Amino acid sequence: MEEKLTLFKNRKRFGIEKNIDIIFKNTALVLSSFVAIILLGIILVVFFQSFESFSRYGLKFLVTSEWNPVKDEYGAFTAIYGTLVTSFLSLLITIPLGVGTAIFITEDFVPKVFREIIGSFVELLAAIPSVVLGLWAIFVMEPFFRDFFVFLHNFFGWIPLFSTEPTGRNSLLAILILVVMLLPIVTSIARDSLNQVPKKLRNAAYGIGASRWKTIFSVILPAALSGIMAGVLLALGRAMGETMAVTMIIGNSNSFSWSLLSPGYTISSMLANQFGEADGSQVSSLFYAAFVLMILSLVVNIFAQWLVKKFSLKY
Amino acid sequence: MNSLYYQKRLSRNIGDKFFTSLSVICALIAILPLIFLVTYILIKGGSQITPELFTLEPNPPGDDLDAGGINPALIGTLIITTIASIIAIPVGVGGGIYLAEYSKGGAFSRFIRFGVNVLAGVPSIIAGVFIYALIVSTKILFGSMYSGLAGGMALSILMLPTVIKTTDEGLKLVPNELRYASLGVGASMYTTILKVTLPSAFRSIATGVVLGIARAAGETAPLIFTALFSYYYITGFGDLFYEMGSLAVLIYNFALEPYDAQNKLAWAASFILVLSILSVNIFSRILTAFTEKTKRV
Repeated sequence: MEEKLTLFKNRKRFGIEKNIDIIFKNTALVLSSFVAIILLGIILVVFFQSFESFSRYGLKFLVTSEWNPVKDEYGAFTAIYGTLVTSFLSLLITIPLGVGTAIFITEDFVPKVFREIIGSFVELLAAIPSVVLGLWAIFVMEPFFRDFFVFLHNFFGWIPLFSTEPTGRNSLLAILILVVMLLPIVTSIARDSLNQVPKKLRNAAYGIGASRWKTIFSVILPAALSGIMAGVLLALGRAMGETMAVTMIIGNSNSFSWSLLSPGYTISSMLANQFGEADGSQVSSLFYAAFVLMILSLVVNIFAQWLVKKFSLKY
Repeated sequence: MNSLYYQKRLSRNIGDKFFTSLSVICALIAILPLIFLVTYILIKGGSQITPELFTLEPNPPGDDLDAGGINPALIGTLIITTIASIIAIPVGVGGGIYLAEYSKGGAFSRFIRFGVNVLAGVPSIIAGVFIYALIVSTKILFGSMYSGLAGGMALSILMLPTVIKTTDEGLKLVPNELRYASLGVGASMYTTILKVTLPSAFRSIATGVVLGIARAAGETAPLIFTALFSYYYITGFGDLFYEMGSLAVLIYNFALEPYDAQNKLAWAASFILVLSILSVNIFSRILTAFTEKTKRV
């Protein structure tokens, strides 16, 4: 009996071990708060660096398109317009293609093995660095589409979007390379949300006599809509912030044009081009543009997260 | 009578055929360029591979036919991604441990998880802009401006959300019984985490982290005004504080050169980059599929 009691006494936890436990927990806590610190740091640093330009131009910066380091006049309208147009138009092309592909993968048109191969192949493509896509766009895509652009201009030149003579790199090519980049994102997220729709719903629809596509359009797609929407928004955020492939193919010109066949600019390509060599108030204006880009992508991302939470599947 | 049989002419069957072929067309339009892209990179880049490529410095662009090799960029990519991993992995794994093991779903952990998702969506060039403002323009690193170290820091910002997320999710999959058992035999919390939960989640965490590293290796935008580029061999530790080349920036710079020799070098660098990233991805996929199979048995 005595022996046993002393044994229990010895099992008391040492003070040092307790302290290690507390230190370990607090280290983990500090490390996890690094995320918040970095995020706030990015927002604050970019905002304060842009302050000079912000107080000088105010919101006029967003709507004027003169970018002239010699005269020290800055306005980012061309870049902001380019960012919005390239990302929205590329999404417009990507959504039907991506969702159509996702439906093809989740339905049983072809044996499962093929569908799995196609699915993982599409996912692998998301891993290809965008700079490599840019290289491919310059040397393969641009020559490939050259004649097609001339055709577009000749027949649809009366539409302002195609009103300029195509000369090499232009915004339309940037949109097309963005489609290649976004397709894997939209397809894999749409596929995941389609797969999550319970089998019961499909069987119920078949049971009351709906055809396959009636089922897809009226039951499965609506049920998967929130997931697909979130994926689309994530893709939109990616498209806005995408730098390398777009910078390499868009032509980088600050003169504003409605035409997609003329060289354009996006905020991120402007940053990539000018940041290294800028000085004086140009740096501050570039930070201002970066701030605009950050706010745009933050809004899109937060909205996507909200959407997922609000409309996540409730079956 | 006939209504029990499949009728081709029925409008719903025609509509079904139409949409089915539409989705097949979508899949073809989506997949064909992608297949074309990969084969083109592999063939065009693969044909440029020579032994000298791995040992020589790139020659400054000019119209000479010999572009040299990509040795400094290759080593630079390895160094910069290593720096990024050294920063992001401990911070990310530690943060993930807090989220999965300690936090009780309160406001703080919800805020951090939200922040992780937001940080994952921050455009990569913004990470470069941030490091430029914080480190490059202030010359805070012993007076050096553009440096491999700054580039590694910019990349670590991009890696961090991936590492935290995979750690958090990997640890959440560990069954609670293991934790109870460990705590029940008298282990303290940190022993439980280090000896029981982390080891059993090791494989899924490692897979995610390796994929994150592979992604970071191909990032260009954060490097173009933090690490810049260099044509010269990396000879010693001190080179960390100077401009450092990387495969990604080499591709960017040389793709825009008007000379054929430089363009070929860019293709060769793309080949190496894409091949290593794809093989890491495929390998981790096979590994995950394999472990899932063995778990089921």
